[in-house]
Amino acid sequence: MLDALLSSWGLPLWAVTTIRALVYLLGVLAFVFLNAIYLIYLERKISAYMQQRLGPNRVGPRGIFQSVADAIKLLCKEDIIPREADKWVFLVAPIVIFIPAIMVYAIIPFGPGMIAADLNIGVFYFLAVASTTTIAILMGGWAGNNKYSLLGAMRTVAQMVSYEIPLVFSILGVVMLVGSLKTSDIVAAQKEIWFILLQPVAFLIYFIAATAEVNRGPFDLVEGEQEIIAGPFTEFTAMRYALFYLSEYTNLLSVSALAVTLFLGGWQGPWLPPWLWFIIKVYIMILLFMWVRWTFPRIRIDHLLQFNWKFLLPLSLVNILGTGIGIKVYQALMTGGW
Amino acid sequence: MKPNTSLVTEEITLNMGPQHPSTHGVYRAVLTLDGEKVVGVENVIGYLHRGIEKLAEDRTYTQFIPYTDRLDYLAAMLNNLGYVQAVEKLMGIEVPERAEYLRIIMAELSRIASHYVMLASMALDLSGWTAWFIPFRDRERILDLFEMVCGSRLTLSYMRIGGVAADIPPEFVPALKSFLAELPRGLEEFNGLITNNEIFKARCQGVGRIDLETALAYGITGPNLRACGLPFDLRKVKPYGIYDRFDFEVPVRHNGDTYDRFVIRVLEIEQSARIIEQALRDLPEGPIMAKVPRVIKPPQGEVYHQIEGAKGILGFYVVSDGSSKPYRIHIHSPSFVNLGAFPVMAKGGTIQDAVATLASIDIVLGEVDR
Repeated sequence: MLDALLSSWGLPLWAVTTIRALVYLLGVLAFVFLNAIYLIYLERKISAYMQQRLGPNRVGPRGIFQSVADAIKLLCKEDIIPREADKWVFLVAPIVIFIPAIMVYAIIPFGPGMIAADLNIGVFYFLAVASTTTIAILMGGWAGNNKYSLLGAMRTVAQMVSYEIPLVFSILGVVMLVGSLKTSDIVAAQKEIWFILLQPVAFLIYFIAATAEVNRGPFDLVEGEQEIIAGPFTEFTAMRYALFYLSEYTNLLSVSALAVTLFLGGWQGPWLPPWLWFIIKVYIMILLFMWVRWTFPRIRIDHLLQFNWKFLLPLSLVNILGTGIGIKVYQALMTGGW
Repeated sequence: MKPNTSLVTEEITLNMGPQHPSTHGVYRAVLTLDGEKVVGVENVIGYLHRGIEKLAEDRTYTQFIPYTDRLDYLAAMLNNLGYVQAVEKLMGIEVPERAEYLRIIMAELSRIASHYVMLASMALDLSGWTAWFIPFRDRERILDLFEMVCGSRLTLSYMRIGGVAADIPPEFVPALKSFLAELPRGLEEFNGLITNNEIFKARCQGVGRIDLETALAYGITGPNLRACGLPFDLRKVKPYGIYDRFDFEVPVRHNGDTYDRFVIRVLEIEQSARIIEQALRDLPEGPIMAKVPRVIKPPQGEVYHQIEGAKGILGFYVVSDGSSKPYRIHIHSPSFVNLGAFPVMAKGGTIQDAVATLASIDIVLGEVDR
């Protein structure tokens, strides 16, 4: 539609493509920022509700503008670069962490046709881009030249690299059912039945691994306030810190969006418009993540890795095997013979 | 594959504190780390030293009572009790019955409040954010009770040499009864959320272990010792005040690990509640202050009195030269002694274990650095 409109103005093809890309980018940025800001507020309200407190209630009605006020405050604060820091890496790290956090939204189908780039390797693209977050956190941890940061960075690498594997394997079950990595195909395939019903184990594995991927409790070892202050982010101040903080919520939003796409039928649903369904489902996922975070204590690093390699990974492999057998049996039954 | 011999690893020294979220005050632990593993711990204390013992020499006996509030500020009543009983012992003052019972009620409430803080802050140190609020919510009610009787919530200064400062107001007893009635529910809620949580258990069981011999060698007392398997409680072993009149148990756990030190506090809260119930039932009418001279001038001499504080044995050594000011006061504080064993407990674990272990020792820096 946009293409047709732009072409009718007599613009050349490259300009049309560029403008379209920019519009998509702006759309995604607006969506992400608004949601991340709201999520910070929501998290504070949810935790307050769970902890019998009021939570923010001063700025705006029910404190809804609290995060905006916080963001403005952080923008105005002094940006401190430690003298002993690896300056270049220190400056770049917050930006590096934010780019993949935004990029992954390219393949999220917000509704029918509402997808920035319907890549034929959609899910793979998501995982590949998301995994680069590890590097940014490692950069942040190294550059600060702080022992707590370094410890946090070491934990990050151990944790995120480990949990990537069950995460990928859990998604593989869905991909096997659909036979495509395209996110739009995956959503379309769930018209009859959501994959959470066909792949309940995979959903659980995805949920656990995703919690670890986005460093949320009980897997928030990267920050581990009680042990290592703020982990890799200890030395960051002002907007640089805010970028790390925002990217955490952007990532939370993106893994929830992917979970909805893969397991909860994407934008599909009766009566309401598809994009609204999508948002509702994403927020249900986010509430689940928050519920878990504010309930469980933090796990220990060696338990974390043991749980991953000795339980989650074998389980995800078994799930793939089971899915394969299931598909074959189903096909045999449908065609009436082996 | 040949092991990479060119890879050089080094131990790092990490200053945990004096400003750190889980040192519970201004305390510094110098950790020697091999990766995440703690290979050496050194205690550094003294950041909160206020010279309370020296200040005592320039205050009258009564004037020193508010200073005791600032020792273990989470259990001010117990500090008050230890000090006034020491002076009473020196002077041979007989305290009226009603005052004795009120003292028991307040002391046990203080113990519960202190244990609540320990449970909450240990849960918080293991990132159990929500679990933090349950004990603190309940502790708030204890502080309300304290406010009713003496006007302040933290630094109470309620006890006097020879009795207590004020009688309880009429609304105190119903409020206390309703608190005691709802106490088990709060504990149950807390146990469900954190004590019986799998992750919490995995974090705590077998962590920061200390065996009975080592514990005794370090002079550990209180709940930390009872978690090692020795039912040593001064209230039972060498009753002071009127503790011999009450029926209660001394909970014991046997593993001496972080988890046992945690659970024993939960059990002790229940026992303290039992004592309060009995004291409330038997509370006699009568005066709340003994006849004491206006200016307190103990006879020349010295006295050592110890009570079972919330963290262990709390001792007051008072030397009198016959004047209205103590010649010397020394305070044997349980947190100081217990903290001494922290390096032994924390060695060999990870940083996360060290944090859990420190929380389980339950130190209060006001008492460590007097």
